[in-house]
Amino acid sequence: MAIDRNEIEKIAELARIRIADGQMDDVTERITEILQMVDQLQAVDTGSIEPMANPLDAVQRLRPDVVTEVDRREAFQAIAPAVEDGLYLVPKVID
Amino acid sequence: MHTLTVAQLMQGLRDKQFSSTEVTQCLLQRIGELDAQYNSFITVDADRALAQARAADQRLEQGQTTPLTGIPVAHKDIFCTEGVRTSCGSRMLDNFAPPYDATVIKQFHDAGAVVLGKTNMDEFAMGSSNESSFYGAVRNPWDTGRVPGGSSGGSAAAVAACLAPAATGTDTGGSIRQPAALCGITGLKPTYGRVSRLGMIAFASSLDQGGPMARSAEDCALLLNAMAGHDPLDSTSAEAPVPNYTEHLGDSLEGLRVGLPREYFSEGLDAATGECIQTALKELEARGATLVDVSLPHTQLTVPTYYIIAPAEASTNLSRFDGVRYGHRCDDPKDLHDLYTRTREEGFGDEVKRRILVGTYALSAGYYDAYYKKAQQVRRLIKQDFTQCFDEVDILAGPTTPGPAFGLGEKSDDPVSMYLEDIYTLAVNLAGLPAMSVPAGFVGGLPVGLQLIGRHFDESRLLNVAHQYQQHTDWHLQRPDSAAGGSN
Repeated sequence: MAIDRNEIEKIAELARIRIADGQMDDVTERITEILQMVDQLQAVDTGSIEPMANPLDAVQRLRPDVVTEVDRREAFQAIAPAVEDGLYLVPKVID
Repeated sequence: MHTLTVAQLMQGLRDKQFSSTEVTQCLLQRIGELDAQYNSFITVDADRALAQARAADQRLEQGQTTPLTGIPVAHKDIFCTEGVRTSCGSRMLDNFAPPYDATVIKQFHDAGAVVLGKTNMDEFAMGSSNESSFYGAVRNPWDTGRVPGGSSGGSAAAVAACLAPAATGTDTGGSIRQPAALCGITGLKPTYGRVSRLGMIAFASSLDQGGPMARSAEDCALLLNAMAGHDPLDSTSAEAPVPNYTEHLGDSLEGLRVGLPREYFSEGLDAATGECIQTALKELEARGATLVDVSLPHTQLTVPTYYIIAPAEASTNLSRFDGVRYGHRCDDPKDLHDLYTRTREEGFGDEVKRRILVGTYALSAGYYDAYYKKAQQVRRLIKQDFTQCFDEVDILAGPTTPGPAFGLGEKSDDPVSMYLEDIYTLAVNLAGLPAMSVPAGFVGGLPVGLQLIGRHFDESRLLNVAHQYQQHTDWHLQRPDSAAGGSN
């Protein structure tokens, strides 16, 4: 499937990755090549075959709904780019 | 001392022929002297390694030993190590010192191992050449103008060059087996769920699996003994009982049925590589095995199937890198959107961005059924091919890669041609099977790997076959000339 520049811009926006204008053509070309390669799958008759999400067909194991985690906020925030008073700092969201 | 296997080191430490401190010092010195030509390590923490070695020596002195007491190992820089940078080969995590240890790291610690350092890798384990690392390409010890394979290229090169007797790796589409093949070492990708994924930075969660890389099958068995087991903190961890993986190494191969998937010996396989594999298969026959022609009819579809599923899962997993909680953050973001998009533009390399974009596309509204669901359906067909083969045979054997190591830069501008390098390894991950690569000869001075594929949880059989093969061949004992210098 060919993909155009507009679609790449849309996907990049969904993925929250900025792509510099100068790189857009190159990225579009590479992604198109990859999508053309994976398009081989469209020719396969998969009819009613059950999709396989886990190679052992295992299902999610559940545990009792009780607190098991210990509070490690300080250790986690020590490696954050910007924190203050126990909060993660980001640019202002609401004026 | 640097050429000794893990098994030999264990014996030597017990017999007090040398101390863990001496072995560790020797290897640290070799890393210092030789690694500039390979770039196989991202981080070496000599002080910590020597402290661990001294502590191990004390335990040895007191007779309080655990299986790997005093054995130096290297860990792929994808396993979180508390307080020690864990970069995953990415600028995104260049400043990341995790607040906890991966389960695999804990297991090696509990087994008494000494950590030499963290090895180089393709960024976020996405690559087959180790050229996508933020820390630069790794070079193949057999020819430093060539790639070591990827993504566990640093681990493979370090073991091949005798900078470490063994290392950990991870394998999402061949990332243990392919570099093991190209560097002439032995690598094992266990059954999906056999080794805990907790603290192993996620690439594609339904495919990722950690495993050992070493210079013999026996060493892989010793390492797997330490790594395998159920982890309640990993929801996909298998609860199957863990055998002693060294127990069946000595079993005879008499009566073993070895399937040869004909698709793995067809066009695309380098002729000289194919001859090495045929010779290896004759050796298995000489040991009493029967060779059986089998078919994996969906082999051609493994590359497109993998390159939808793996990027889709990667795009989800890598959404966590947002510049807020840890890792890279761009300077002076003007708003939250700018913070996310610029952090990710700067933090990720080209191949990682490509895969996130492909994965996002495959999962986006209107395309999900055509891509992701379709790939999950074909994935089942691929798994069924194996199930049918294993009704007839005990293991499958063939080449690990289509040819020996390629030149640095040869394929780095052409992602699709790089993806085709993994044609013989991808299906194993899609089906969740265990598989090994074992040194099986040389083509033009470059190593060739024999791939062995087993039934789910049948690692013992693979290790048995590989060990018996290594008892009657010496390919795994060859060392590259470039590693001949340095301390010993």
